[in-house]
Amino acid sequence: MRPPTRGALLTSIASDDALVRVNAPQTFWRGFVPAVRDVWAFRELLLNLVRKELKVRYKNSVLGFAWSLARPMFLLAIYYIVFDKILKAGIPHFAFYLFSGLLAWDLFGSTLSAATLSIVGNAGLISKVYFPREILPLAAVGAGLFNFALQLLVLLASLLAFRYDFFGPNLLLLVPALITLVVFMTAWSLFLAAANVYLRDVQHLLEVFLLFWFWMNPIVYPIQFVLKHKETFAGIKITTIYFLNPMVDVIVNFQRAVYKHLYVKGQTTLYTGTYGSYLARLGGVFVVSVVMLWLAQRFFARAQGNFAQEL
Amino acid sequence: MAVVIRVSDVSKEFKLHHDKSLKERIINLRRTETIEPFWALKHVGFELEQSHTLGLIGANGSGKSTLLKLIGGILTPTHGYVERRGRIAALLELGAGFHSDLTGRENVFMNASILGLTRKQTEAYFDAIVDFSGIEQFIDNQVKYYSSGMYVRLAFAVAVHVEPEILLVDEVLAVGDEPFQRKCMEKIKGFQREGRTIIFVTHGLDTVRQLCDRVIMLEKGEVLVDGKPTEALRAFRERYAPEVDADEEGDIRGTRQIEIVEMRFTDGDGQPKERFEPGDRLGFDVVLDPHEPIDDPVVGVAIYNHLDTLMYGTNTMLRNVDLGRVDHRKRVRFDFGQVPMVEGQYFVTVAVHNRDETVQYHWLERQLSFKVFSPTAEPGVIHFETTIEVADA
Repeated sequence: MRPPTRGALLTSIASDDALVRVNAPQTFWRGFVPAVRDVWAFRELLLNLVRKELKVRYKNSVLGFAWSLARPMFLLAIYYIVFDKILKAGIPHFAFYLFSGLLAWDLFGSTLSAATLSIVGNAGLISKVYFPREILPLAAVGAGLFNFALQLLVLLASLLAFRYDFFGPNLLLLVPALITLVVFMTAWSLFLAAANVYLRDVQHLLEVFLLFWFWMNPIVYPIQFVLKHKETFAGIKITTIYFLNPMVDVIVNFQRAVYKHLYVKGQTTLYTGTYGSYLARLGGVFVVSVVMLWLAQRFFARAQGNFAQEL
Repeated sequence: MAVVIRVSDVSKEFKLHHDKSLKERIINLRRTETIEPFWALKHVGFELEQSHTLGLIGANGSGKSTLLKLIGGILTPTHGYVERRGRIAALLELGAGFHSDLTGRENVFMNASILGLTRKQTEAYFDAIVDFSGIEQFIDNQVKYYSSGMYVRLAFAVAVHVEPEILLVDEVLAVGDEPFQRKCMEKIKGFQREGRTIIFVTHGLDTVRQLCDRVIMLEKGEVLVDGKPTEALRAFRERYAPEVDADEEGDIRGTRQIEIVEMRFTDGDGQPKERFEPGDRLGFDVVLDPHEPIDDPVVGVAIYNHLDTLMYGTNTMLRNVDLGRVDHRKRVRFDFGQVPMVEGQYFVTVAVHNRDETVQYHWLERQLSFKVFSPTAEPGVIHFETTIEVADA
């Protein structure tokens, strides 16, 4: 719809090529690369936002940063006492098993929750200053990664302290697993952050959905519990449906990277493929994640033009 | 000079009452279609050349801030487009992005990076920024402990040190105490000398007159006037004058032992007149009606400008005029001689009181105004009868 016209334009417009159009519309196919370039130009802001997130969290507390380490440490201690000492779970070193999967999930879940609120929570900035809006969900990813690094540190330190043998080529799986996870959750972060601007239900929906999604992953239970099911659902094997969840592949990779007990009392705990099969699965997820990231960015780019007025 | 900003036939639509949650959307399913589109801007077009300073004026809701946001890239136009050249800094709100839990130092770096500076550049400017803000001793305190004055000073200091080629300013100059305001003004003038392009949104018509060389007046999203500051300011005053004819907050008080029953501006000879040019003769008539005989009342007149600055005040006592015993209606006629003021609207307070002002009989605060229109541009507050001669020397 065009606004009602009254009279002619007051100023004639001459042509001049050197001017750059502000917020030029982008076609669906192009625009990803310029957006990446834009974000790169504002990398300083991205760093500062991540720094701010972390600083503000422990501002005015005596121990400050130490709390970031204390939380996963206590968590691990509790798992150890509850599952390995009191409940005596059938899986040896259950605390490590649980923690290795939880590590990946925690990064995913907490980042998504933070990213979803990142645009809405920074309404003041969005409506007053221009900068590539992708920066805000990306800062959530950055802050998540920092906390992940600390948790990983705690895990590795306790593995060493308990003389748990975890060295080996398996550790290398951490790298592709983490990269895949970062791409996957960045895609979700961009999508959810933009969607939440238009529909605030997204943040609540996500909360509920993450709870459900958590149990769809072999974190608390070993994956073999699922793999031994032979039932079908609508003609498709239940295990096939289970593996449609990309997070399953990411999490088993994390577990395989640090947890070595493949077989316990003749039963398998982890997914029993070769490293090759692990990587192949992960590769598939990676490709899907890259496509998702591209789609999410395109969606974000479309949506962001109206952020300032929707907030 | 090269064009640095071009606004091409820009229109911006806002949809009001947008429902934000699924529930609201379902409940309002039928009503959503009745939402009226609101056009904040309609077919606005202009181009601005380098090193010019443009003022955007207009009543509240006329679309000036929206236009600024479109130029800044914060909003995207519904139709039309904006083009620009060069690094831009938008001061739409001072301290946007300041976080109260971070220290002043941390916030400087944060804010500078929002405006697109790298850490290195910020470090290079850091001392200048702190120096400009004048809050060195508090720079490592969290900004939540800052006074609002300190807060905006720091924010402004960051913003002006970003060295933008285009500066967008939205009503942020009226911050801090007077020395700081002067400093800001000087910085802005420095920007102008350096050939930077500035766009102001302001209600302060004085700022416009002082700084701008071009003014666009918007009304209901359309460009009403685009031209020299004098033209636009005149249009603005003519347009919105009725709204400020009398000051509603102006006080009326007094014992009413003597009442002012009539008052008006005149041409000095008793003929009513409300519009003057600088240099015109200005007179003021007051008619007093005593309810009881009063000895030696004093009649005073004070003239204020729109900023409530007292321009001139006098009364019968100061001019050694004795009214004697007032027991029937009297007309007091002031003749101020030539109008020595530049274009603007002036408000008048009239009062009748006793000689030592312990009893106020009737006090009318800012109940009347007159306007002065300059035929030529006259920056400043007072009018001189200037003539200029040029001769070989």
